[in-house]
Amino acid sequence: MVINNYIFIGLLLLVAITFAVLPLIVVAVIAPRKRSLAKSDTYECGVRTYGETWVRFRIQYYIYALMFVVFDIETVFLYPWAVSYAGLGAFALIEMIVFLVILSVGLAYAWAKGVLRWV
Amino acid sequence: MTWYPLGAGLPFWAQQQLVELDTTTVIRWVLWLLVGFFGIFPGIVAYMVWLERKVAARFQDRIGPNRVGPLGLLQPIADAIKLIIKEDLVPRSADRWVHLAAPVLVLVSAFLVMAVIPFAVGLAPVDLPSGLVYLIAVSSISPLGIFLAGWSSRNKYSLLGAMRAVAQLVSYEVPQVLSTVPIVLWAGSLSLVTIFNRQLDFGWFVLSPPGFLAFVILLIANTAEVNRTPFDLPEAESEIIAGYHTEYSSMRFGLFFLAEYLSVFAVSCLATALFLGGGTPIPFVGFPASLISEDSTLSLVLADLIMVGVFLFKVLTFIFVMFWVRATLPRIRVDRLMNFAWKYLVPLSIINILIAGVWYEMVIRPGYLTFWNWVWGFAVTALLVVLTVYLVFLVNRKARARVALGSEWPSLGQVRTGATIGQAAR
Repeated sequence: MVINNYIFIGLLLLVAITFAVLPLIVVAVIAPRKRSLAKSDTYECGVRTYGETWVRFRIQYYIYALMFVVFDIETVFLYPWAVSYAGLGAFALIEMIVFLVILSVGLAYAWAKGVLRWV
Repeated sequence: MTWYPLGAGLPFWAQQQLVELDTTTVIRWVLWLLVGFFGIFPGIVAYMVWLERKVAARFQDRIGPNRVGPLGLLQPIADAIKLIIKEDLVPRSADRWVHLAAPVLVLVSAFLVMAVIPFAVGLAPVDLPSGLVYLIAVSSISPLGIFLAGWSSRNKYSLLGAMRAVAQLVSYEVPQVLSTVPIVLWAGSLSLVTIFNRQLDFGWFVLSPPGFLAFVILLIANTAEVNRTPFDLPEAESEIIAGYHTEYSSMRFGLFFLAEYLSVFAVSCLATALFLGGGTPIPFVGFPASLISEDSTLSLVLADLIMVGVFLFKVLTFIFVMFWVRATLPRIRVDRLMNFAWKYLVPLSIINILIAGVWYEMVIRPGYLTFWNWVWGFAVTALLVVLTVYLVFLVNRKARARVALGSEWPSLGQVRTGATIGQAAR
């Protein structure tokens, strides 16, 4: 029978989940369990926690994530180019230089706009 | 679903993903899964923890663990027992199920990364034709798990740590991925096994000018990806207690710990396989692989034993360097961390892709790889790196000088005007 190589990845996923869950089950069975109200408080160095924790956070994180998406999509274009470069020749290099220059200009624009400024 | 005979009627890329399910394949897979992933890799990781404690102790002029067994060699087992018999605490305000799922996700990501590493000839768990893309895809699961951990704990320190972690991991993933493009270009394949074979034939990739720059970038980005000092801001204990795993105790914390060391091992294996020619002891010489003859299994076993030994030695060197860096460098500031990724490493990796393209076009393809061309390649690369770093440094300083000091935050100078100082003095 002929099967796909990726089945190994699926089996590995199962093994990894088992490896992670097995000790958790052992802990659930043998570890002591003495619950108390103070013990299950949020840990904040002994001080009572104040205010809501699940708050909205700075836009900066989101902007960095957007930049990441842009560059990750760039690699989606770069990998096929790199794989087939041997058969493409010098013209492919010029095309990629143009692509990278456009992308670098984008990075420079984002930089000038203060996107890359933390806090 | 129809089963094709091996390779027939399928496009080229699909043929490479097929494997005959016979006894050998089953035995190989079971051995990998149960002995490799369930036994050897966690064992290596457990002794990495012991090694780190020993090495860190020596750097600080201490002895390190020496009570449990000879040289403290049973310390990892004692640690595991301690973690298992601890009470498993979940804060009552936490999201119980996400809190449980997060460490599992992080560990699964660290495990899956190991699946495509070629340790020796014919000794890779699985040879995927698009191995590098797979590797990047599964290594991006871990930021998700880390964020879920921080978010579900409902603790302010955890949330801060998680947000820092995601910003850092996402930023350093860009140079990490971009620095692998030159080697894909050189090897013409995304499969790690093909890249390894290519290095067997043509020498280590780190010895070419674009390869060296890519190697340095990858090393820095890898250190940041696995949250090691000086990039360990997500778990900076002096600022945010333990970061995203503040609310984790018992074996759930143990899973995070294991995952962290497993990723250290995995990225070291990745750097070895991509740039240092895997298990070859000498570049440009196919020494252990040339021992292999078609008709004798013994030669294959012998060559593979040498290769695995050399591979593990190289990985151990990487791991030792990470411990060394941890003992030497202080933690860097969060804005400088982000600046370093976006303003230095990303432009350098983009330039490196161009260097790799030009190097391939001018030297590799016509076959002009002479000593002097090699020296010129290194000189031009070094010049470009220095120019880029200098330019970025200059622009960065200019940009900072334009913004008035304290335009966003009240600075000390504005708050302490003459009148208030006088009042405070009285």
